[in-house]
Amino acid sequence: MLASEFVLEMNNISKVYGLNTVLKDVTLKIRPGEIHALLGENGAGKSTLMNVLFGMPVIHSTGGFQGEIIFDGQKVNIASPMDAMSKGIGMVHQEFMLIPGFSVTDNIKLNREISKPWVISRVLGRDMELLDRDAMAKDARRAMDSVGLGIEEYAMVSGLPVGHMQFIEIAREIDKSGMKLLVFDEPTAVLTESEAQQLLSVMKEIASKGIAIIFITHRLDEVMNAADNITILRDGMRVMTLKSSETTPEKLASLMIGRGDEMSIHVEKSSSRQIGDTVMKIRNLKVAMPGEVDRGIDLNVRKGEILGIGGLAGQGKIGIPNGIMGLYEASGDVEFEGKKLELGNTAAALRAGLAMVSEDRRGMGLLMDQSIEDNIAFTAMQVHGDFLTGFLGQKNSRAIRKYAEEMIKELDIRCTSPTQTVGTLSGGNQQKVCVARALALKPRFLFVSEPTRGIDIGAKQLVLETLVRLNEEMGMTIVMVSSELQEMRSICDRIAIVAEGKVVDVLKVDASDVAYGLAMSGVKSKEGEGA
Amino acid sequence: MTKNKILGHLEKYVVTYLFIALSVLFIVVSGLDINYVASQLLLRLNRNAFIVLALIIPIIAGMGINFAITIGAMAAQIGLLLTINWGVTGVAGILLAAAITLPLGAFFGFLIGKLLNKMKGQETIGSLILGYFANGAYQLLFLFIFGNIIPLNSNVTIVGASGVQNTLNLTGSVKLYTAVDSIARIPFLTAMYIFAGVLAGAAVVQFVRKKISGPRLAATLILAAVIAGIFMVPAVAAVFNGTHGREIRLPLVTWILILLLCLFNSTIMRTRLGQKFRAVGQSQTVANASGINVDRTRVIAIMISTVLAGFGQILFMQSDGIGTFQTYAAHEQVGLYAGAAILVGGASIDRATNLQALVGTFLFHSLFITAQSAASVMFGDSAVGEYFRAFLSYGVIAVALIMYAWRSAKQKRAQQISLDEGTHESAAEKEA
Repeated sequence: MLASEFVLEMNNISKVYGLNTVLKDVTLKIRPGEIHALLGENGAGKSTLMNVLFGMPVIHSTGGFQGEIIFDGQKVNIASPMDAMSKGIGMVHQEFMLIPGFSVTDNIKLNREISKPWVISRVLGRDMELLDRDAMAKDARRAMDSVGLGIEEYAMVSGLPVGHMQFIEIAREIDKSGMKLLVFDEPTAVLTESEAQQLLSVMKEIASKGIAIIFITHRLDEVMNAADNITILRDGMRVMTLKSSETTPEKLASLMIGRGDEMSIHVEKSSSRQIGDTVMKIRNLKVAMPGEVDRGIDLNVRKGEILGIGGLAGQGKIGIPNGIMGLYEASGDVEFEGKKLELGNTAAALRAGLAMVSEDRRGMGLLMDQSIEDNIAFTAMQVHGDFLTGFLGQKNSRAIRKYAEEMIKELDIRCTSPTQTVGTLSGGNQQKVCVARALALKPRFLFVSEPTRGIDIGAKQLVLETLVRLNEEMGMTIVMVSSELQEMRSICDRIAIVAEGKVVDVLKVDASDVAYGLAMSGVKSKEGEGA
Repeated sequence: MTKNKILGHLEKYVVTYLFIALSVLFIVVSGLDINYVASQLLLRLNRNAFIVLALIIPIIAGMGINFAITIGAMAAQIGLLLTINWGVTGVAGILLAAAITLPLGAFFGFLIGKLLNKMKGQETIGSLILGYFANGAYQLLFLFIFGNIIPLNSNVTIVGASGVQNTLNLTGSVKLYTAVDSIARIPFLTAMYIFAGVLAGAAVVQFVRKKISGPRLAATLILAAVIAGIFMVPAVAAVFNGTHGREIRLPLVTWILILLLCLFNSTIMRTRLGQKFRAVGQSQTVANASGINVDRTRVIAIMISTVLAGFGQILFMQSDGIGTFQTYAAHEQVGLYAGAAILVGGASIDRATNLQALVGTFLFHSLFITAQSAASVMFGDSAVGEYFRAFLSYGVIAVALIMYAWRSAKQKRAQQISLDEGTHESAAEKEA
């Protein structure tokens, strides 16, 4: 038989986490020397597929996967990332796997050092061999030259610009002998325009030497520029594999999103809603929230509207409410009702009439060991001095009980009594307690961050309906940050899409999938009203 | 820029400079004889330098200060007890004690390492508590198991009861006292001249082998000349050569062992294993991703440290001026004092060098020696000095831990900002 046409075949891969099917019958075939782009929204299954390829512990510890992997013509069983590495599969990480206090050479040769034996090492083994730094530097130089990196071999990584680090990672992978397949995971996310260009040409050069590349990215222009073939995943299934020469960014975008007609949740909105002028003006907001960094958000929120903020994970959408509410360090100008808001001061933001339902229910939202009523009243007691009695300001248990009971009825919180501890409630009911607590502050403006994360579909419907009702009946302005585009499309008036820490576009809910897909990859379409 | 550099240096070595200043102040205030201070200080260095140097490898491997060296000291005391029990004397006795300490220390180190791997990020406090816990097991061993289950000779057991005597004597017929120290003693001044000579010689050899540059050679030669020169100044020489007080002599073999440990520490850092220590110390995630067995590397670091600390404790016990040791208490403060000493030398939770260990031991003990006298002069009460010593050791450790937490928080923020700015440029570039 001839040598296989493909260097890697992943055939009919399926993976189940508990009751959740995250990959269903996905097939991916890569030829030697090709650049194969892997596209998909968050949760489409890209990272799970790569975890399967690298034999990550998370896959094995959850019952393995179905399907077969054929690498280099042989059916293989990849047991661990080390195993993948030794077979010739390499990874260029999105988060740099570099040691800042090491020199470039030491990083490139990490755990593959060149060493010389001496007396002691002959007795105690290879671990005692002395490093041959000159030989290591030579290797490093060669690898760096092949990615066009002109820095000194002994330079410390910690002092280098972020862009260089990506190239050091690539140099390290290239330096490994027998490399057959390289995975690039969002390699251009932190690069400048010119560095990204350089990276793409380096990728092409590597591919021309016969090494296959899997290129994971959300920047469609780069896909069109560099990839030979493109596989699109959606909801754990392979939508299509096509040649980049036979498609357009618009088509890719709609294939990534495309499920416009199968909305599972529908919420009625009355037609008598009043949407006024700008109530919050956000200018050049920068938020240092780890993993959700914002780099200059400009956005206007109108009085009485429900504004959605969407975008892929890690692009900075969650940073916006957290920055404005002072939970993470932020800078920039935020005006609320014509008054400048002091950033970094949560109490001041709450007093100004803002409130937030956090995406992190356990960490930031609720006191899990406390009762429902105490959780509901807690923030209002602290911020506004509500629910207090007497001149010493004791807790007014009766008022709290009364309000809690109202809220339990109003929001349909399923519980045995107001004194039940919050930790024993279901996720959906916990979320309602969060909403109740935010409401106890009597806010005029409410941020809700990922309100339906981790709750079942029935509870989702209720939470969304509650938001609409608050908006309609109390005229509350609501900003909903969510990864669930379809949910936002069902209740929001407009949706802003954030990519790379900036608002790319503000779209109408009925804008096309293409427009949403493009915006998420950082491209503004004609349909949007602009940021 | 240079101003920032100086500030950064001061920030890093604030404890060190504070100790230098206090030491000078105390020596002046206490009015102690300089010959006495110098001889005491050398004595303390002989005793303690080895143990302090044993702390370096775990620090580099990112496990903080290994307070569990206390357990290494316990291993050494088991070795000494058995040696006394069997009546092996002199250098042979010391070697036997070391031979017992080696497997015991390695085994204890293995267990400590395994445990610390289960509490990553809390190693410093973990090893401290582990030292206290082991003290209980040690007491069980010495009070009950030795004598009852493992038979011992009557010269080390409590008469009329079970268990090991409260104090163990190394002098007299036991002949372990100063077994290493007294092999060869040379005048301190001669030692300094030899040291300067070796330093210069080594630099020349390295230069000929093209390992170091010309300016570096010149600097080292000047340093050697200065060291030799200082001790030739009659006023300085008078402190050491006996014209003024007692002649100060240096135990040659002990110091050869200390210098060998320095050489060991620096050589291991140039091996594959050393590179693993450094990689694991800086980032376990990255080390793991590149196929280094992080847990194994950490266990090895602690094993080496525990065994070395055991050897250090043997050197401590046999040294001049000790003679007997408290069976149930001699190990207790080992970790604390050694940890404080290395921090005073400018080491931190994640960085340490041989020089820092030696300088730290020197400074920490110079304050130790003078605190009592200085306190009785200043407050008319020498007990204050006792309190001051305890205050110093714990205070230094607390300050070092706080400084470390503060610095790493600052570093994290700086990284965040640089990340922000990095991508900012990209935006600006796009617009242009």
